[in-house]
Amino acid sequence: MLSKEDYQRYNRQIIIPEFGEQGQERLKKASVLVIGAGGLGAPILQYLTAAGVGHIGIVEFDEVSISNLQRQILYSSDQVGESKAIKSAERLEGLNPNVQFTIIKVAITSQNAMQHIERFDLVVDGSDNLATRYLVNDACFFLKKPLIYGAIFRFEGQVSVFNLDLGEDRGSNYRDLFPSPPPPEMVPSCSEGGVLGVLPGIIGSMMANEAIKVIAQMGTTLSGKLFVFDALDFSTYTLKIAKNPDNPLSGANPSVTELIDYEAFCMGNIEAKQLTEISVQELSDRLKENEVFLLDVREDYEYEIANLGGVLIPLNKVINQVDRIPKDKEVVVMCKMGGRSAKAIELLSEQGFDNLVNLKGGITAWQQEIDPSMDVY
Amino acid sequence: MKIEITAFGIAKDILQQKQMVLDCADSAMVGDVRAQLIQNFPDFEKLASLKFAVNTEYVSDDYQLKSNDEVVLIPPVSGG
Repeated sequence: MLSKEDYQRYNRQIIIPEFGEQGQERLKKASVLVIGAGGLGAPILQYLTAAGVGHIGIVEFDEVSISNLQRQILYSSDQVGESKAIKSAERLEGLNPNVQFTIIKVAITSQNAMQHIERFDLVVDGSDNLATRYLVNDACFFLKKPLIYGAIFRFEGQVSVFNLDLGEDRGSNYRDLFPSPPPPEMVPSCSEGGVLGVLPGIIGSMMANEAIKVIAQMGTTLSGKLFVFDALDFSTYTLKIAKNPDNPLSGANPSVTELIDYEAFCMGNIEAKQLTEISVQELSDRLKENEVFLLDVREDYEYEIANLGGVLIPLNKVINQVDRIPKDKEVVVMCKMGGRSAKAIELLSEQGFDNLVNLKGGITAWQQEIDPSMDVY
Repeated sequence: MKIEITAFGIAKDILQQKQMVLDCADSAMVGDVRAQLIQNFPDFEKLASLKFAVNTEYVSDDYQLKSNDEVVLIPPVSGG
């Protein structure tokens, strides 16, 4: 039942014939779990809250950082360092106090995903890494929950609706598109590859739109289709997704029948074996004990923000400056998160280096685990 | 025959362009184009498992291409 305030607050959408009172009632009864309150999560949360979804869960363990504010306009500069889950819920309650919020201030994992997701009618994935995307996709498949998918990179975005209840059958899912992941260096995150600030606003709003359509049961959704957008040249494609018979979840011979270790799955077993890694804790110990040759393959400006005193040779110059890198002792290679350093090791290995070790998690892990006072970016 | 390739995401980086025209055999199937791309751009090997779309529909490697078909490469992106 809609209240008098509901009729006032939601007037502009209730008067649309396709939506109407029934659409509003469906939103009010609905519960939606939003994974991540970052670039995509922020506009998703704002529009779903404003539209009057009855119950919204916010999964987010991270804190506001200054490099978020270029795109995550839900937050303000004085909130740097504070919990995103808590700050977003405060702001959203101000936007619409009739919505019930559940703050889930943890990382979603194979251990807790099922218990969180089963409490909600629909899931919207605004996460920022491939492991979480596979985890959420698989958990939604097992729990038969519709999933609104969206992902971004530089100027590009993708949107789809997965696992929609089609009566006798369910709609396609992420593994129909990508049954298994490519090597990690082929899937850079926003912090590695960059993203235009307005892009998550565009893609997140489209995801919120699909969520509202699914709940209100109106229009035609992106179920069975992948929408792809390139803001740089404004090209758009809507591709039909065929059900993949080799889908390890929903194909003819399912091989994934419960949640797995998605971190390992996305690291790629072959790559992981070839690469020798060192943790920031091990590096910290070794720096105290003896001399370590530390090679930093980030850019000059990154080095200026924060460094561990390593020799700086940016990734694209490494091959031309191999004579600066010793071959007779162990060299720890580092970057921001471990992706570019892995690439540098691959390139240098081809030049005959066999003494290279990758710093797992890069300077970001160092800042989190060893020296929280270090500047981040 | 000539076919048009359109690349998104990291595939655009590997091919060093968003769009290109590829010369291939008249009998070429999608799998042949995949092999040709790997030969011309060795890093494309890392996207070897990528599904190709032809004229807005995902197809398998035995799909028979026609002249002027548009092949679209969309790798996974993870950002949020």
